[in-house]
Amino acid sequence: MISLKINNIPVYVEEGCTLLEAARSIGIKIPTLCHMKNISELGACRVCVVEVKGMNSLVAACEYPAREGMEVYTNSPRVLKSRKTTIELILSDHRKDCLSCERNTNCELQRLSYKYDCDSTRFEGATRNFVYDESTDYIIRDNSKCILCRRCVAVCKKQQGIGVIGTNERGFATHIACPFDMKLTNTPCVGCGQCTVVCPTGALRTKPETLRVQEALANPNKYVVVGTAPSVRAALAEEFDMPVGVNCQGKINTALRYLGFKQIFDVNSSADFTIMEEANELVSRIANGGKLPMFTSCCPGWINYAEKNYPELLDNLSTCKSPQQMFGALVKGVFAKRQNLDPKDVFVVSIMPCTAKKGEKQRTFTDHLPDVDAVLTTRELARLLKENGILLNDLPDSETDSPFGEYSGAGIIFGATGGVMEAALRTAVSVLDPTAPFSKLEFEEVRGLTGVKVASYKIAGQTVKVAVVNGLANAKKVCDKVIKGECDYHFVEVMTCPGGCVMGGGQPIRATFVKHRDEVATTRAGVLYSADKAMYNRRSHNNSSVIEIYKQYLGEPNGDTAHKLLHTHYHARSKYVKE
Amino acid sequence: MDFKRLNQIKKDTYKKVGNRYTRAKLKGMEFDRQVLVCGSTGCASESSQVIRKRLEELVAEKGLQRIHVGQTGCFGLCAAGPVVVVYPDGTFYSHVKPTDVEEIVQSHLIENKEVERLLYIDADGKSKPFNEIESYCRQLRHALRNCGVIDPENIDEYIARDGYFALYKALKMTPDEIVSEVTNSGLRGRGGAGFLTGRKWMFTQKAHGEKKYVCCNADEGDPGAFMDRSVLEGDPHCVVEAMAIAAYAVGADQGYVYVRAEYPIAVQRLQKAINQAREYGLLGNNIFGTDFCFDLEIRLGAGAFVCGEETALMTSIEGHRGEPRPRPPFPAEKGLFGKPTLLNNVETYANIAQIILNGADKYAAIGTEKSKGTKVFALGGKICNTGLVEIPMGTTLKEIIYDIGGGIPNGKQFKAAQTGGPSGGCIPASLQDIPIDYESLSSIGSMMGSGGLIVLDEDNCMVDIAKFYLQFTVDESCGKCTPCRIGTRRLYEMLCKVTEGTATMEDLDKMEELCHYIKDNSLCGLGQSAPNPVLSTLKYFREEYVAHVKEHRCPAGVCKSLLKYVIDPDKCKGCTLCARNCPANAISGTVKEPHVIDTSKCVKCGVCASKCRFEAIKKV
Repeated sequence: MISLKINNIPVYVEEGCTLLEAARSIGIKIPTLCHMKNISELGACRVCVVEVKGMNSLVAACEYPAREGMEVYTNSPRVLKSRKTTIELILSDHRKDCLSCERNTNCELQRLSYKYDCDSTRFEGATRNFVYDESTDYIIRDNSKCILCRRCVAVCKKQQGIGVIGTNERGFATHIACPFDMKLTNTPCVGCGQCTVVCPTGALRTKPETLRVQEALANPNKYVVVGTAPSVRAALAEEFDMPVGVNCQGKINTALRYLGFKQIFDVNSSADFTIMEEANELVSRIANGGKLPMFTSCCPGWINYAEKNYPELLDNLSTCKSPQQMFGALVKGVFAKRQNLDPKDVFVVSIMPCTAKKGEKQRTFTDHLPDVDAVLTTRELARLLKENGILLNDLPDSETDSPFGEYSGAGIIFGATGGVMEAALRTAVSVLDPTAPFSKLEFEEVRGLTGVKVASYKIAGQTVKVAVVNGLANAKKVCDKVIKGECDYHFVEVMTCPGGCVMGGGQPIRATFVKHRDEVATTRAGVLYSADKAMYNRRSHNNSSVIEIYKQYLGEPNGDTAHKLLHTHYHARSKYVKE
Repeated sequence: MDFKRLNQIKKDTYKKVGNRYTRAKLKGMEFDRQVLVCGSTGCASESSQVIRKRLEELVAEKGLQRIHVGQTGCFGLCAAGPVVVVYPDGTFYSHVKPTDVEEIVQSHLIENKEVERLLYIDADGKSKPFNEIESYCRQLRHALRNCGVIDPENIDEYIARDGYFALYKALKMTPDEIVSEVTNSGLRGRGGAGFLTGRKWMFTQKAHGEKKYVCCNADEGDPGAFMDRSVLEGDPHCVVEAMAIAAYAVGADQGYVYVRAEYPIAVQRLQKAINQAREYGLLGNNIFGTDFCFDLEIRLGAGAFVCGEETALMTSIEGHRGEPRPRPPFPAEKGLFGKPTLLNNVETYANIAQIILNGADKYAAIGTEKSKGTKVFALGGKICNTGLVEIPMGTTLKEIIYDIGGGIPNGKQFKAAQTGGPSGGCIPASLQDIPIDYESLSSIGSMMGSGGLIVLDEDNCMVDIAKFYLQFTVDESCGKCTPCRIGTRRLYEMLCKVTEGTATMEDLDKMEELCHYIKDNSLCGLGQSAPNPVLSTLKYFREEYVAHVKEHRCPAGVCKSLLKYVIDPDKCKGCTLCARNCPANAISGTVKEPHVIDTSKCVKCGVCASKCRFEAIKKV
């Protein structure tokens, strides 16, 4: 332990503690912009400066280690004036269209400007050359709002192991961009959107599709159908000032009805179909000596990553479409037929916690029509509801529609890391060992936030080895091992975002989430696990709609008809495309 | 390599080179005359390589076997280049052209008659032998002791001047003894900040770690500074030897020299030196038969000024974008690749071998109480003897400018000296008696810096000078921290307002406030010192700023927005020369009638004034 004084208050902290942490430990908050513990430790923005007795210049509290006997001042006039000037300088090189900015009232820079009583016009002058990149389907990079905190650079490189954005040029011209200022779409960006979640301002945001959805809803010739991904219900409430960890699925159903959707379905339902296909594919691969390990294919970020980085592993990917794409395919291929609708007139919208889903929507087609027509993120749905004056908090709960509104507990947990694995195991156990009706339901080993979770299960006399990976930097480690033949997994679940879909790039943003990522992930996942626990049916293959649809339309799981509608294939793609 | 062999090489080579740098007639020498041609960048840019080649050809052609032609590093008097020196005569030829070579060979080397028209003329109007030239008499060449004497590409010539004897001696000492020797010498970092070198060595030595590195900072980036380049070009082995000594002292086995790619001659000679040292076993495994192993590699910098900052330099060596990292941890604990690392600048290393060989006391006897030894300066700007000088610490600015630098050309008035480059400040003429040492310079708002010394005269606008240096930092900031990236830019914009005459007195206060903010808040030394040129000129030349702001006038007549050219109708003869030469067609008038300048068209290039034969055109 070392002792020091902060604002004349004695503080005792462990050695290795930064001044930021030392101050926090006694309830003093020092503002930060660039800092993300263990991910981005640059000391670059300088809003966290503090005064240390005996030192000539101010020091960055986020980086400076607490030392024995130090006398630190976090709120001296010199410190406060410096912070104010720093923020004012940042504002002088920032496009201040705050009133209509997507991050208005939820912007870290705006909050600090208010807190430090800044004059946004005190330092007016030239600005950087502002670049606007909307080349991808999922993310908009608007450099005019970038404050060069580099949190996006750090998550892309360190958390996801991709590193498609970095710092270009120097001096005042310094800006965040892809190598050689290429467009994002021509890089190995997988679209995970983690950069948008950590961006303190509106410089990185989701490419919106709300307008397209509104137009479709207003079009009398369109039959607009919607399905919500599991993770959305675990987070949307946060956008309406409810605490983290509130399940608002019932309210979402009502809200979507208010918006005018014809059918309120649930992607949980197609998650059950995914399990039917995936579990059977796995069983068949194991039985017939197919390529192993089999990797899950639910996560579009992971699929993009595999196609751009590991062409040699493409045969290891499950050929199952993702739940989102299965949802679209089932609506256009089965539901439309049942309702005597022309699939051309059916407009499928999915609500997703994910930005990469926006790119995925046009990957697969049914009868030459894209499976999904529009993807809204959780944040976009919130904005759409607010725009339409729908007060989510005040809405009554309501149910989903049939048949793709019915789901099992297995479908719900897809949103948490390990969820797909657990759902698949629940069904695989039954497929492999039909005589054991009360077999294992909860697979605790694959739950939780550890980057790579490994487990093995004895099912019907056979040992099945599985791995669950979250965060692409961890995926790289596992992929490299698989290629070198250093592991003998049968089945590997990969989720691009650490924590899984509940922490997806389309989920609500709060400044505090950046610092308390793990708590948020656990709480949101908790919503899904409790919902699962409350379900009577917790296995995909027991979903009566699933059973009926297979019987009437699809035949056997993993059979020919099912393959045509619910499976896909992959192509190796080059990392960088020449412009 | 062992001591016997080293000594033998020294003895053998001495016969070849012993009669250089001395006018004494020595016996037993292989050559009667030594003709030395400067091969450093300045002289090389004016064909000194061609001159040397031609000399060699002619000497061979004429069968002058007792005459040696060789290349050396910088002699220092760059303004007189290309330089050719002949020993033992001590003849100092300046501004030599390839076409002069024949005459030098015929007249001087064959007929023993100096070519008078090429002799360097000293300040008193007389031509003198090399060692009597005023500029040299005042200097003390310590770090530069081999520059202009040995062929930098020949390791034997370095050995003949006691080269690698310090390494031999050091390996017989304990690391502690070496560190205390360096500490006792009082040597301080020559890169700018002036940290006590011995302490730096001690911190790295004491740091825990199996693997340690020693690095050399040769990323000299200040505008107008070329001290490190000259050392590497003129005496690369002194750096190699010193780094080996440092590595032994701190416990490192690998070294890196980070040098800018814009220094091709330095890079090539340093590489040659490393190769030669390896061949002789002075780098590599079991040096001098001991357990000590050390090797050295060059890393090229891409010319970013910030890479002279120690943590940025290391980040760059690691293969990343050259950006500083927060300190602590300091490089001595966690430097290159996260290992304890010792980093010194070229000139610091250049002093080490002499300290080890001659002892700390001898070195500490030079200089002032707190600043020991000598300092190399690159003299530039409005000064007669542009070039490289080395002076004992404590020499006054006045002595450097007038006695060594030969004063201000064209009879102009000395106004200020800028030291420390973009991190330093301007010293006004009123403080010219200040002794040059670390404390004195920082007490007046400047800094030693790596040793660039730019002399300014009455024709320099101090606001413009501040703007020049600040623009340099704005461009060279790495862009990482806010105060440096945006703050310096805003400061620059305010200076522009001053030079354009649109600033207010409040702007001056705001500028000063911003300067202090940038110093207080920047991440690294680059940002923390960036406002120095502005602050020091505001301090000593505030009246110039005020003249720009209040009177919209640039006293030095430099700031274009504030000046205009007018034709005095009484003096104008109507010769039309100005009108014919004006690139903007701004001058009109009929022949033999006074002409007029249309200020709305005038681009203020000054061509008219320079063409006018009647001094009728004035800047106002």
